Amino acid sequence: MKKSALYFYLFVVIHHLSFSQATENKINTPSTNIYSPMLFVDELQIPWGFTFLPDGSMLITEKKGELILFKDNKKQKIGNLPDVYVRGQGGLLDIELHPNFKENGWIYLSFSSSKGKNKGGHTAILRAQLKDTSLVQKEVLYKAYPNTTKGQHFGSRIVFDKDNYLYFSIGERGARDVNPQDIKRDGGKIYRLHDDGRIPLDNPFVGIDSAKTAIYSYGHRNPQGLILHTITGEIWSHEHGPKGGDEINIIKKGANYGWPLITYGVNYSGTLITDKTKMKGMEEPLHYWIPSIAPSGMAFVTSDKYPEWKGNILVGSLKFQYLERLVLKDNKVVYREKILADLGRVRAVKQGPDGFIYVAVEGKGIYKLIPNTKN
Amino acid sequence: MKILATLYILFISISFSFLKQETSLEESIQRGQEIYADFCITCHLEKGEGIPSTFPPLAKSDYLLNNRTVSIKVIKYGQQEEITVNGQTYNNMMPALGLEDEEIADVMNYILNSWENTSNKMVTPEEVSSAIE
Repeated sequence: MKKSALYFYLFVVIHHLSFSQATENKINTPSTNIYSPMLFVDELQIPWGFTFLPDGSMLITEKKGELILFKDNKKQKIGNLPDVYVRGQGGLLDIELHPNFKENGWIYLSFSSSKGKNKGGHTAILRAQLKDTSLVQKEVLYKAYPNTTKGQHFGSRIVFDKDNYLYFSIGERGARDVNPQDIKRDGGKIYRLHDDGRIPLDNPFVGIDSAKTAIYSYGHRNPQGLILHTITGEIWSHEHGPKGGDEINIIKKGANYGWPLITYGVNYSGTLITDKTKMKGMEEPLHYWIPSIAPSGMAFVTSDKYPEWKGNILVGSLKFQYLERLVLKDNKVVYREKILADLGRVRAVKQGPDGFIYVAVEGKGIYKLIPNTKN
Repeated sequence: MKILATLYILFISISFSFLKQETSLEESIQRGQEIYADFCITCHLEKGEGIPSTFPPLAKSDYLLNNRTVSIKVIKYGQQEEITVNGQTYNNMMPALGLEDEEIADVMNYILNSWENTSNKMVTPEEVSSAIE
């Protein structure tokens, strides 16, 4: 009894010490919800990513390797997809349109691919156009190597910045001591390319012998949130930590985000990875989560449909099955709120061109968030 | 004397085959532990405890221990229907993991022989390949 009391005391003390941002790590549950989820696309398994076509229809990726066109309330399967390596967390992943899609018709997809000589797979980025219900003009713009049969950490989200540069994330593929800190290896990185796949000459590691010059930032674990902050023009990202230590970061050119040398997380077994949360030359997160929420999908609210949420960040939680709303002040999280509690594993979230927020939930479908009518 | 010798040889060969079975089970469990750390641990957690009402436990799970073939099929093909584990209902989806038959046998042997779970019959790749949806 005494022993357990001592352990409890130690636990509390260590817990407090480890929380340098204690208030931000408390999540609030609102007593009333001002918005309600309406099921917009039903019966989806793992809707990993989705995007909106100019005519209001939707393209949805299913992780198992299907691309679905949702138009006039009907689902159609898109044909002529690339070969997808479906294993563990790998499959057909994110989808994004070129900012000038109306003129050039380019669609960008991320997926795991077994292309290459080694057994296994790694993340690839492809662009293609849609003709009727088939992909045409397919071009693989990037393929990470070497393949591995490991089941985890493929990334991957795709986003364009204001100058039409293409950014995407690739996770460290379960090789944390090998990949993330090595700019000569793929994985654990955020990449930047021109929209046609060329490597920008001002990428940070261009000119370094045998570096992977598509790399824009490194030291990441598994980023599955990547957005453009439409006001500042910055690229924001979040990534899965191990047990504890999920992070939000603002992505800077050539920066090292520290995994696995610095982290707020520990091994799944509870043992220590490192006792360091900061180190010279490494970026510290804008926000970290303890415990991990397993973040997937990210959106920046700019629309007038949600005046109370303007400027907030929304992040899906796979683990706790809700959508999280983060209020920021001077690039610090000052308030966290649980919305759509117990809705299911939130995989992706986006603000549509109509200004409404859409939320993809595993095993359910895609929900549209609509304001509750006032009495 | 002849009988004794025959018995002796029989005894030796039987114990060797047991030993062989044991080492191959242990090796399978070891490989299965790696598969578990790769593919299963994020949801079912380190000690197979799962997350209440979200991801069912594997440790002392009546569902796993009483439904060997069904469990193999869940790992092989995924599953999406309500199940009851140790009296609690779970209604989440588990995707197919893309594992090879040998890997499924290994991870089955690991989860059937960890966290106080025990099974006296080893799962083989052949058993996995014959478990068809």
